[in-house]
Amino acid sequence: MNPAAPRKGFVPKAKALNCPNCGSQIELRALGAAAGVICSYCSSTIDATNPQLKIIGQWQAAMTIEPAIPLGSRGKLKGVLWEAIGFQQRGINVDGTNYFWREYVLWNPYQGFRYLSEYNNHWNFVTPMQTLPAPTTVMGTPGLVLGPDRYRHFQTARAYTWFVIGEFPWMVQVGETVDAADYVAPPKMLSSEMTENEVTWSQSEYMAGTEIWQAFQVKTPCPPPIGVFANQPSPFAGKVASSWKLYGLMCMVLFAMMVFFAITARGQKAFDKTVIINPASMAGEKSFVTEVFTLDGNNDNLEVNIDADVANKWIYLSMALINEETGQAFDFGREVSFYFGSDSDGSWTEGSRSDDVLLPNIPGGRYYLRVEPDTDPTLAGPISARIQLVRGVPYYFRYFLGMFLLLIPPIWTSIRSAAFEAKRWSESDYAGGSSSSDGED
Amino acid sequence: MSTRNAICPNCGAEIRFRWSGAVQTTCDYCKSILVRNDINLALVGKAADLPIDISPIQIGTEGIFNTKAFQVIGRIVYRYDLGTWNEWHLMFTDGSSGWLSDAQAEYAISFGNSFTDAPPAPGQLQRGMMIVQHNVPLYLTVITHAMYETTEGELPFTSYDKEKCYFADFRTNDGRFGTVDYSEDPPLLFLGQFVEFSSLQLKNLKEFEGWPTA
Repeated sequence: MNPAAPRKGFVPKAKALNCPNCGSQIELRALGAAAGVICSYCSSTIDATNPQLKIIGQWQAAMTIEPAIPLGSRGKLKGVLWEAIGFQQRGINVDGTNYFWREYVLWNPYQGFRYLSEYNNHWNFVTPMQTLPAPTTVMGTPGLVLGPDRYRHFQTARAYTWFVIGEFPWMVQVGETVDAADYVAPPKMLSSEMTENEVTWSQSEYMAGTEIWQAFQVKTPCPPPIGVFANQPSPFAGKVASSWKLYGLMCMVLFAMMVFFAITARGQKAFDKTVIINPASMAGEKSFVTEVFTLDGNNDNLEVNIDADVANKWIYLSMALINEETGQAFDFGREVSFYFGSDSDGSWTEGSRSDDVLLPNIPGGRYYLRVEPDTDPTLAGPISARIQLVRGVPYYFRYFLGMFLLLIPPIWTSIRSAAFEAKRWSESDYAGGSSSSDGED
Repeated sequence: MSTRNAICPNCGAEIRFRWSGAVQTTCDYCKSILVRNDINLALVGKAADLPIDISPIQIGTEGIFNTKAFQVIGRIVYRYDLGTWNEWHLMFTDGSSGWLSDAQAEYAISFGNSFTDAPPAPGQLQRGMMIVQHNVPLYLTVITHAMYETTEGELPFTSYDKEKCYFADFRTNDGRFGTVDYSEDPPLLFLGQFVEFSSLQLKNLKEFEGWPTA
């Protein structure tokens, strides 16, 4: 058959052959490895396992599609050089609509066959798989276990081959139908294809189109992916858990700080004095100053507590904390009022006999208070008010505020992640609502 | 039986045995199939031409499986309805023998084994059924009717007197597999595992025009 004696251990390039049907020349890339060759002129499928090159059949494709990766081009993926030798367009029909995807056959004489699949510009590198994944249940839906990964069932549909060109490891034909099922664990996917005679399994790994474009040096621009694909890795994958973990960590830090400052807080009484307010003397100058007291430390807070024996009365203390040395004054005013009584709903109270306020960042030094009391001059009897100043009190509110504000990033990440997953699963057999895209039998 | 060299009774070429257990070999020059009797080689037939053959493996290819080095010393080409596949006969440095199957460059290594449970009768075979051999659950995936297309090199049994084969192929959840060969009586069991091409660290492979060597 071969005119020249074959060189031992050397496999020459396959010769072009003439299509036994139409006579046009077919370039062969993997003769002997490929089982089926499809003539690009007359669409005949030729049995390439046999030197006689029998025609298996002829099917008129209903469409002609130009592969984005030209057949015969080579690219290095996963460290191995591959040649694109075959191309097919397949489709499924869901509720009367055809969804098409494309598959490329890749070949390397040592490594055999791999595939690239593309749907809406989402790409997958597909490796045939000899291991049987074990059935299981994942999050309440059917799934598969393979190695460390758990895959959730995504979709089962009948796939139909619409167009085919080039060389294939099996005798592919237009019109070939298989029952295809996909199980996802992004960025991986397991797929089974079932015919009457056998079930074949493959494992896919999601890839960026740009990576393929670069590997195969495709000249046309790489179109961006549309929508979310079944096994497309979520940009939020792992981030939800890690954002909550970080939140937990920060809460622990805040809590530790809170405990630390609570324990180490001075809580030192700097001033304690009871003043008597006489409503009758509310006219004219009524303000007074206290004796000088010391606030130690540098910047620290100062809690002002006022307890007044108000009963259906109010007082208002307009106060200034004045630094004796610098004259720096901190002005603030507090009202203490307490009312009670009873009506048709029963007894009621309003207000409180005590009030406290926290002044942040008061420098250390010698201070006195200037107090200007006010009340209703028509009231009878004096009102006593005890004013206490406590230097360096533990202060909790900011920690709780911090814990609350820190909730925003993890909640936001969780919401966006859930939205991405909802988009993914909206294309599956488990899409919400009444839609059912299960196989028809 | 320990003769390592012999003369082809057909063409007189020197036949060199690599493996002392070889029962059948093929003359490199005239393709005669030779069977080892007590001391002589008997000519029993002529090997058919290889089909379109682009397996990267060849007689003399060396590799490593589970830290054990092997050399390819023989081959059976089977034909079935979807094409052909190769079973390369391996000789390991410890003298044991095994098989490297190459079906469209999907590779698997297997070894002959005894049955720990009686195999199902051919009539009982059903796709999806599970059998257990050597504590390995095996699921029947495909039943293959095949023919000997041709042979090459040294084999542990004779093939010239056989034509048809009947295999039940079993797979597992962890990359192992089993094959029951029903063409023998009693049937034979082979157990093994699928392997990555690169993991075998194969040397002395064929070269392919226009391709960098693996």
